[in-house]
Amino acid sequence: MKINNYVKVSSVKEAYSILEGSSKATIIAGGAWLRLTPAEIDEAVDLSGLGLDSIDVNDGFVEIGSMATLRQVEKSDIVKSLCNGIVCDAAEKIMGVTVRNIATIGGTISGKYGFSDLITPLMVLDTELEFHERGRVSLVEFMDETAKIRDILLKIRIPMKEGRGWFETIKITAIDFPILNAAVTRIDGKTKIAVGSRPYKAVLAEMAMAYVDTCGKHDADCAERAAMTAIAEIKFGSNSRGSANYRKQLCEALVKRGLREVMS
Amino acid sequence: MKIKLKVNGENKVFDVKADEYLLDTLRKNNYVSVRRGCDNTSCGVCTVLINGNPAASCSYLSCKADGKEITTVEGIPEEAAKIAGFFGREGADQCGFCNPSMALTVYAMKKELVNPTDDDIRSYLVGNLCRCSGYQGQHRAIKAYLEVE
Ligand SMILES: Cc1cc2nc3c(=O)[nH]c(=O)nc-3n(C[C@H](O)[C@H](O)[C@H](O)COP(=O)(O)OP(=O)(O)OC[C@H]3O[C@@H](n4cnc5c(N)ncnc54)[C@H](O)[C@@H]3O)c2cc1C
Ligand code: FES
Ligand code: FES
Repeated sequence: MKINNYVKVSSVKEAYSILEGSSKATIIAGGAWLRLTPAEIDEAVDLSGLGLDSIDVNDGFVEIGSMATLRQVEKSDIVKSLCNGIVCDAAEKIMGVTVRNIATIGGTISGKYGFSDLITPLMVLDTELEFHERGRVSLVEFMDETAKIRDILLKIRIPMKEGRGWFETIKITAIDFPILNAAVTRIDGKTKIAVGSRPYKAVLAEMAMAYVDTCGKHDADCAERAAMTAIAEIKFGSNSRGSANYRKQLCEALVKRGLREVMS
Repeated sequence: MKIKLKVNGENKVFDVKADEYLLDTLRKNNYVSVRRGCDNTSCGVCTVLINGNPAASCSYLSCKADGKEITTVEGIPEEAAKIAGFFGREGADQCGFCNPSMALTVYAMKKELVNPTDDDIRSYLVGNLCRCSGYQGQHRAIKAYLEVE
């Protein structure tokens, strides 16, 4: 990464006006991922002086500032209280503490990385995002969009609802990218299933979710059929970590396991 | 650009480039216990404490560190000597390249975790690689250090 000029902004407004003024201006959060890219940045806009790293409860939502590090997220009792702590489970499986003390939740979501372990559980928690200019949008809608963002992500908002949750990621080593990950929740009688690192970005298994919610009996057979539905509707690809077929088999096993956990 | 850091308790001013990393700033200024391994956040040998938290200095922009407290292993001489003693006794030392980063991470872990289990210790150190030891000796040494301390 090459940077010509570094600006530690003193307001979100200042950050946004720099972004608007130059197509080569870029937000720097932790900077850990950008460091690995060939990006040439005219103005690096550092948000770290804006106090965007708090984790609070507000109006029925857990609000996580976009600059909160993965380590802050993983250690937060507030985040742990959500659906068996699946977001914390996912965060603590990303690299080591020396990276998690740098990388941020905002950088993770803004990058929409296919390999993300964090986006998958956030998708099954009805997460919404709050941007400076755009305002609020659901994470699922945001993930579906292909346009590059020229906005500033301020907060990640997760509704505080009682429910059960389950997350699992499969990696060759603890500090590798995942081969596949999956998250399942059951909140207010509704089931959500997300599958990530396919190796494409995470998606909801909509048909499998609908199947579970119409299943008369939430038993092993229901989990089995839902898992088969999920692998039929989701697209998998191959890379150096695993073939599409291997991922499909992992997905079947993970979805079944996750459903059994949340339905039990 | 000028940045102010408190390194091992001393106030310092460094002139850094916009895309300079803390690892380079520190090494250029003779804090050479901070090692360069992978240079891409994978090995942990460049670990320093930033405001008390272990972080990979190879991937932390120096400008972003402005105003922060940095601790290298020279900043914790007594604890580092104790940890080195346990490593030596358990045969966990070979080339020694990873030792400063391990000592800092173990020191931070001791402050952060209460009565860590074997799994907690392994998980905390997962990003600190050692090419030589096979980790068993280090694990025994760390447990012994935590028990005594
Ligand atoms: C070696 C390595 C291995 C990793 N392995 C994994 C893994 O196994 N699983 C996993 O889930 N993750 C993994 N990650 C990714 C990590 O979890 C983070 O997602 C990643 O580092 C991005 O966070 P950051 O704070 O470093 O973002 P940065 O590098 O600072 O920014 C990333 C992108 O987001 C933009 N951006 C950042 N913040 C905002 C904002 N507030 N508003 C708008 N745009 C913004 C930046 O402009 C940039 O385009 C890995 C990262 C590294 C470096
Ligand atoms: S040199 Fe920084 S993590 Fe390897
Ligand atoms: S002792 Fe050689 S790298 Fe650890």
